[in-house]
Amino acid sequence: MSKNTLYGIFDCEQVLLASVKEIRANNIEIKEVYSPFPIHGLDKVLGLKETRMAITAFIYGCIGLSLGALMIYNIMIVDWPQNIGGKPNWTFYHNMPAFVPILFECTVLFAAHLMSITYLIRCGLFPGGESDSPDPRTTDDKFLMEIVVEGDVTAVKEILTKTGATEINEKDV
Amino acid sequence: MQKEADIRDPLILGNKTYHDITKDISRPVEGKANKYWWILFSLSLVLFIWGILCMAYTIGTGIGAWGLNKTVNWAWDITNFVWWIGIGHAGTLISAVLLLFRQKWRMSINRSAEAMTIFGVAQAALFPLIHMGRPWLAYYVFPIPNQFGSLWVNFNSPLLWDVFAISTYFSVSVVFWYIGLIPDFAMIRDRMSATISPMKKKLYSFLSFGWSGKAKHWQRFEEVSLVLAGLATPLVFSVHSIVSMDFATSIVPGWHTTIFPPYFVLGALFSGFAMVETLLIIMRKVVSLESYITIKHIEYMNVIILLTGSLVGTAYITELFMSWYSGVEFEQYAFLNRATGPYWWAYAIMMTCNVLTPQLYWITKIRTSFVATFILSIFINIGMWFERFVIIVTSLHRDYLPSAWTMFSPSFVDIGIFLGTIGFFFTLFLLYSRTFPVIAQAELKSILKSSGSEYKNKK
Repeated sequence: MSKNTLYGIFDCEQVLLASVKEIRANNIEIKEVYSPFPIHGLDKVLGLKETRMAITAFIYGCIGLSLGALMIYNIMIVDWPQNIGGKPNWTFYHNMPAFVPILFECTVLFAAHLMSITYLIRCGLFPGGESDSPDPRTTDDKFLMEIVVEGDVTAVKEILTKTGATEINEKDV
Repeated sequence: MQKEADIRDPLILGNKTYHDITKDISRPVEGKANKYWWILFSLSLVLFIWGILCMAYTIGTGIGAWGLNKTVNWAWDITNFVWWIGIGHAGTLISAVLLLFRQKWRMSINRSAEAMTIFGVAQAALFPLIHMGRPWLAYYVFPIPNQFGSLWVNFNSPLLWDVFAISTYFSVSVVFWYIGLIPDFAMIRDRMSATISPMKKKLYSFLSFGWSGKAKHWQRFEEVSLVLAGLATPLVFSVHSIVSMDFATSIVPGWHTTIFPPYFVLGALFSGFAMVETLLIIMRKVVSLESYITIKHIEYMNVIILLTGSLVGTAYITELFMSWYSGVEFEQYAFLNRATGPYWWAYAIMMTCNVLTPQLYWITKIRTSFVATFILSIFINIGMWFERFVIIVTSLHRDYLPSAWTMFSPSFVDIGIFLGTIGFFFTLFLLYSRTFPVIAQAELKSILKSSGSEYKNKK
């Protein structure tokens, strides 16, 4: 059987959401949805898993905090302890209050940067990357639903038209 | 779909569609610059070049080129530094704190406010660099292993906290800004024709990182934005708190006060919002964004200015009270000297511009007028510069030893460098306004149907 890719194009995000629901109710798999802006509730309707970006940020923050503490401990306590302004650096514990600002900055620095890098890698985004959007209008004002159909496409086309697609394009795979 | 109360004023005026937003925001990038842009740009560039010459002169001859003396050994350099850092605070407040509070009006202004932050912090960073005298040794401020016999930086010092705070703030702001810019660069890329402007198309392809707007990517995008906002919020407050500790941890009367961190943070937000208004009131006209940056946006910012301005005023009065209440005669004299000494005029400018000016915003007519807001925002910018000047110079110029008392007057190099940073800032901002999507269009499109004027009328 031949495989066909259908591109249903929508003008309104509310119509698209309803259409996604209808198509998923008919047990048709949606390959991808392209949109010019984030649509609230689309991930739930599409059945996407929750993203774990926030968890990675927490882990990176912990790494930043630990590395910061290790750095300060090594520099101020181990390598060259000094008595600065009557506040000797013999123990990390007693000097902690003065180290708080930099420990905080290290936490934020690591969490923000490493999370952003993780986000770019997970989404396959990099400088000079090529967009794989089937229609350039999806960054402007169109919402596009991509469905791969094996065999007869008319039934899927019908649902798309019925649920409000303004344009349907077809491509043989 | 998100609903918004009908009683709220629309945030997007005119009968805009998604495509109109795209067109309006790509217009400055696709079109040619008008006469006013070129005039402003040439002026800024001249100032910038003059600034570079003055900086080169300082580095060539030494800090003696400035008006500093043995008593007043910190003056315009640190004043300008704190002023620029303060200006750099509104951007992240708008994009991070207002995101956490779900204030939708932030969407039309956050991109430019963040650009202002980044350019402002860049100006601020120049001053410590020049003040080092030998800027090629600037890497000494970082804790890097070296061959000088374990010559490490001092982690107990607020000046080192400053290095960490400002570099973290700068780099995190850039990342936050860029993550939001990727979908908007992609929008411009997809409008560019590969035949008419192939170079531009390539450039925006490169900048947009291959963004295509997939559902999963948007889901991650939203979470990353939220977490970055959560990280940036305490960061904003930490940066200016740490800047204030450069003064507060010293024992100079007039600096040694515990109120400094909150007082500096509020002052920074106050001056930052004033600068955002100055820039946006000009920009909405120059690049025709009147439908997106409305009087409502200006009014919301004026309310924040009124709040932070009143709190800054309270801090001034608290400071005066505490100096009297402390019973320390040096402390009392420092404040008496500020208000009635030879620098009384600077103190008067500070008090008028920062305490009285924002109180005018209680009047609805002033709060909702572009012209009045523009004029008052300039006053606040001036007032906040004088606040730092008063704190720094008047605390130093009459120290414990009357024989060492002196005055400070800036040399032409001091003035040249300050004007140079203003030129540099506007040069960057003007270039930005012609090459970047100046409004976060993806976010703005997501509120069009709940906050657009046309859709609000239909309901």
